[in-house]
Amino acid sequence: MSALADHLLIAPIALPLAAGALMLLFDERRHALKAAISVAASLLLLAAALALLARAEAPVTHIYPIGNWPAPFGIVLVGDRLSALMVLLAGVLGLAALVFSLARWHRAGPHFHSLVQFLLAGLNGAFLTGDLFNLFVFFELLLAASYGLALHGSGAPRVRASLHYIVVNLAASLLFLVGAGLMYGITGTLNMADLAVRIPAVAAGDRVLVEISAAVLGIAFLLKAGMWPLGFWLPATYAAASAPAAALFSILSKVGIYALLRLWLLLFGNGAGAELLVYGGMATLAFGVVGVLASQDMARVASFSLLVSSGTLLAAIGLGGEAVTGAALYYLVVSTLGIGAFFLLIELVDRARAPGAEVLAVTAEAFGLADEEAGPEEEVGVVIPATMALLGLAFACSALLIAGLPPLPGFVAKFALLAALLDADPVPAAGWGLLALLVLSGLAAIIALGRAGVRIFWASQERRVPRVRVIEIAPVAALLGMCIALTVAAGPAMRYLQDAAQALHAPRSYIEEVISRP
Amino acid sequence: MELIVALGIGILAGSGVWLLLRPRTFQVIVGLSLLSYAVNLFIFIMGWVRGGLPPIVDAAVPPDPARFADPLPQALVLTAIVISFATTALLLVVLLAARGLTGTDHVDGREPEE
Repeated sequence: MSALADHLLIAPIALPLAAGALMLLFDERRHALKAAISVAASLLLLAAALALLARAEAPVTHIYPIGNWPAPFGIVLVGDRLSALMVLLAGVLGLAALVFSLARWHRAGPHFHSLVQFLLAGLNGAFLTGDLFNLFVFFELLLAASYGLALHGSGAPRVRASLHYIVVNLAASLLFLVGAGLMYGITGTLNMADLAVRIPAVAAGDRVLVEISAAVLGIAFLLKAGMWPLGFWLPATYAAASAPAAALFSILSKVGIYALLRLWLLLFGNGAGAELLVYGGMATLAFGVVGVLASQDMARVASFSLLVSSGTLLAAIGLGGEAVTGAALYYLVVSTLGIGAFFLLIELVDRARAPGAEVLAVTAEAFGLADEEAGPEEEVGVVIPATMALLGLAFACSALLIAGLPPLPGFVAKFALLAALLDADPVPAAGWGLLALLVLSGLAAIIALGRAGVRIFWASQERRVPRVRVIEIAPVAALLGMCIALTVAAGPAMRYLQDAAQALHAPRSYIEEVISRP
Repeated sequence: MELIVALGIGILAGSGVWLLLRPRTFQVIVGLSLLSYAVNLFIFIMGWVRGGLPPIVDAAVPPDPARFADPLPQALVLTAIVISFATTALLLVVLLAARGLTGTDHVDGREPEE
């Protein structure tokens, strides 16, 4: 292995960090230069992520001891199939949001590009680290960048939503610290693999303290993932954020799910707390379904769809089993890409409509006022300009993705999830409940998105043709195209994810590799 | 000694949580600061409460863990202090922006209706 390839694992962290720091040196008038640096760094990051993914064959492929201190004492970065996948997902979303922002959003604040790069560095660090306290540091890095991005563009609604977002997440970070501190106090280590070795050996009297610390950590992660009683901050913040920031945020809630999946399966196997995850996830799913149906604003529909996807993932992880986890990972990828594209699309579609139109439209529907004054002269048919046709196509694709209808991969993901759930013998009652809720959530999404789509694209209300630049529609098309590619290549993708799930459920090889490798 | 430290952390954390739940943004930020003090102390005593011991191994003294304080919680708490300081400063800016944009210091951006 060449010297460069040895350091591949640190590239997804070091690269955006260096690019972000470099851009701080230039003042806010040099947009073109900053954009060039930012896009180049994102392209390199994407290449590094692809290289990581291509090498992810064995259960644990890369171990990178930072400062060359061996595993239980120093901090290690660990790359396996799941980490490589998440890094690639972050890179793809980051590049799409960046390119989208080049049309106009990146000029709305002085340090947009730096914040995006720091967010990517934090995300990649959280996905790659093998140390509990290091995970906290990367969480803080990505959260600090996300505070800035949530505020990007300013304005009273954004500041108000961000205030709640920051306070809630600061409190969660303190909980994370309490959990990590307690864990260190009892086991004397913070390395994840070493923790997995030491926790079974903890004296019976201290066992309850380990469980308390795991529960406190769990609350911090579930808050990030937006589980039902902890997720009320999510729709308001995401709906208020600017379009590229919101698209990037669609992977933020998945960080909580990643941390949960990694630590829970590594430290506790498939035991304690599974029921909490299942029922909490189902409650989140139900809350998301009600929210999707009740929302009038499209950005809120997208935010509640994110809650639906979080809930589905949590419940599926809680139900356990390799097959279910593999299908859940496929769902994670697809829903993140789909919702990210949808957040970008909303902004373009919203330009076509007068402000406040959706409130009026839904009110008119509720009171049965619609279609009353549609005169016969309008039945000739409205000529849809090419922009509207393109936006409509993209909207239909995202709607199919989010609702999980064929032929797009949302359907493949849900089908795989349901097939894996029904494979168990006998199917647990919670499995049937999740099945019903999943089908219901698809129905709710198609009702809400169908209603919105008809109002925007077909209803003969007054509207302007939005001015959409190629650079804005291209990232949306690329994200949706990637989803279509995932349908075509569902076989190989599923095999890869099943291998990842298998490695997660059999953490022995992960532990041995991390501890024993010099 | 353990009892005093534990009581101190408890009082800090209790006051912090109470202030965090108050409706004014300044109370919230002071509450978060108190909570972070409590958490920092909590991490610090995870290296056990022992006074007068250096965290550095001296080559002249035999390497016996009972003679040294655990340096790791001290490193952790230093990181945690820096991070919470930075995020509190950021929150302070957002608080001022919210006060300026909404004209009230209520956390919801508007006064509750009587």
